Amino acid sequence: MSASELVRVEGVSKRFTKSLDLAAKIANRFGAKNREVTVHAVDQVDLSISDGEVVALVGESGCGKSTLGRVVAGIHDASAGKVFWKGEDVSTHSDAARKDFVLGAQMIFQDPMSSLNPRIRAGEIVGEAARVHGMTDKAGQRDYVSSLFKRVGLDPDYVRRYPHQFSGGQRARIGIARALAVNPKLLICDESVAALDVSIQAQVLNLFMDLREDLGLAYLFISHDLGVVRHISDRILIMYLGRVIESGPTRAIFEDPIHPYTKALLDNVPKLEAKKRSFATIKGEIPSPINPPPGCHFHPRCPVAGPRCSREKPKETIVAGGRMAACHLLDGGVV
Amino acid sequence: MSDVVATPRAKGEFARFVDRFLEDRVAVFGLGLITLIVLLAVFAPLIAPQNPYDLAKVDIMDSRQPPGSKSMDGFTMWLGSDGVGRDLWSGILYGLRISLMVGLLSGLIAATIGLCIGLIAAYFGGRIENVIMRIVDLQLSLPSVLVALILVALLGKGVDKIIIALIVVQWAYYARTVRGSALVERRKEYVEAARSLGLSHTRTMLKHILPNCLAPVIVIATVQTAHAISLEATLSFLGVGLPQTEPSLGVLISNGFQYMLSGKYWISFFPGVALLLTIVGINLVGDRLRDVLNPRLEK
Ligand SMILES: Nc1ncnc2c1ncn2[C@@H]1O[C@H](COP(=O)(O)OP(=O)(O)O)[C@@H](O)[C@H]1O
Ligand code: SF4
Ligand SMILES: [Mg+2]
Repeated sequence: MSASELVRVEGVSKRFTKSLDLAAKIANRFGAKNREVTVHAVDQVDLSISDGEVVALVGESGCGKSTLGRVVAGIHDASAGKVFWKGEDVSTHSDAARKDFVLGAQMIFQDPMSSLNPRIRAGEIVGEAARVHGMTDKAGQRDYVSSLFKRVGLDPDYVRRYPHQFSGGQRARIGIARALAVNPKLLICDESVAALDVSIQAQVLNLFMDLREDLGLAYLFISHDLGVVRHISDRILIMYLGRVIESGPTRAIFEDPIHPYTKALLDNVPKLEAKKRSFATIKGEIPSPINPPPGCHFHPRCPVAGPRCSREKPKETIVAGGRMAACHLLDGGVV
Repeated sequence: MSDVVATPRAKGEFARFVDRFLEDRVAVFGLGLITLIVLLAVFAPLIAPQNPYDLAKVDIMDSRQPPGSKSMDGFTMWLGSDGVGRDLWSGILYGLRISLMVGLLSGLIAATIGLCIGLIAAYFGGRIENVIMRIVDLQLSLPSVLVALILVALLGKGVDKIIIALIVVQWAYYARTVRGSALVERRKEYVEAARSLGLSHTRTMLKHILPNCLAPVIVIATVQTAHAISLEATLSFLGVGLPQTEPSLGVLISNGFQYMLSGKYWISFFPGVALLLTIVGINLVGDRLRDVLNPRLEK
């Protein structure tokens, strides 16, 4: 562990199993072939974030970014693998250490509406946890919340409003203030600006960067859009169907991508950023995580795939400059 | 400072709800009806010309007088009198008190129990949910009259006993309804946020999830209260419900039934009308609430 390491996950997997209900079980008795469906949302991922570092997690929709983010935030327990908070395995945490982890890693959610309780006033949304955990008390909550509102650029006069009385950008700010209220070290931003207008996206991204500077926060910045993370992240991890297929410093990834998938993604980032983008231009459909292709998950869409790619899972190969890529091209070729 | 100036809605959520409710004339009529009935019940001792359970006030000479007769005390018995000489109008006012009290109290307790159980099922899921929902299904598959009959047969007569029986036949409706909406709420990100902020399960369930699940509960609460009142009347009519010392509308109907064939219809008829109006009023309000709150209802 490096001195400043905040969170590290090792070989983390998260599976979701949809078990059979009673009707399906009975139907099976009569010869139906209902089977339990397991989704490997995250498949043996390693990741670490240091104090104050901004790590971006990029990939197409459904590749497991949110799930990995929730494991890092302590919302989901991993199905396999280990999570370390400040160097300590969270599964062996005492209650106090567990609390330090849960509060220390806060998630900023994707949907600014469903992530705010519609029946609770903004001031209570932001101040409740701080009061419950004794960071402030009933008398001090007002001032505590006011200073958080100011910090995220909201008018403290709005504390008595309900979420539906705010604009989308303001709701995003309430979500940020709520997270800041418990003094986190790490913010996990799950597509936190994707739902906002482009001009407001920039304002919220600026807020994140200001907070990083003022509070020394670290970020795990999740996005399906490489363009969004380009200017804010120190390091990028690219995910494909539950696996990290390339990682490295942002500059290196943009200037010299290694993995064929990363190259394809970069071809889709227009030089002049303006309109919303999708990955529709990468040929082929995103395969299902329920039934991923064997070998390298990317082989049905990879322009340089060879016979080995559908047989063997590529090894994660360390490349000079703090980089990693998982592709047979780096490891003996595709034949 | 901030991006867009907030546009607060002109009216609060509750005000809009009230407006929509009042758009429907029939519902307003229903609401007026039950308001009147509740007021009559609450102020019965002030309104009733006679305390029908004060034996000193009741004169056997007044028994079975037709509507409009004068009592021995000199007041007009507009609805006639019953078999022991009680003014029927007074009897109905006092009977309403008991019927409403039994219906509301059993509904309140059943709702509280059902809400907690349904919330726990939806929130924790897995085996806990399976076990709870099997019990709920079982409870709902049995006819409530039958269950209530068996229970009062076992427990005996009395207000407390009948309330227990009514709770047993009602809680599962609340549990199922709350579970349905809590399952939807549970997946929303504000619940994950609450967990991530280290808030306890109890706080997350009661403060965050429950208030978002109440709309359909309000609707079934009206339906269930009407159901409980008529169920109590049924049991009392069958002679297994409330004792003569707690004369609900059902008891009054039952008492008058023996005179039906001899043409003294009013002794059963007017308490029956009172019961009917109460139930119709509640159901009219319930129907409108269902439209306005628009929950997906199974019942
Ligand atoms: N709670 C869940 N239950 C079942 N499947 C889930 C759940 N959360 C995510 N998944 C599945 O896991 C996969 C990855 O989802 P997610 O992490 O949300 O991807 P992303 O955020 O990259 O779009 C998807 O196939 C999704 O359907
Ligand atoms: S392993 Fe094969 S299929 Fe996968 S990215 Fe590399 S070349 Fe393409
Ligand atoms: Mg996602």
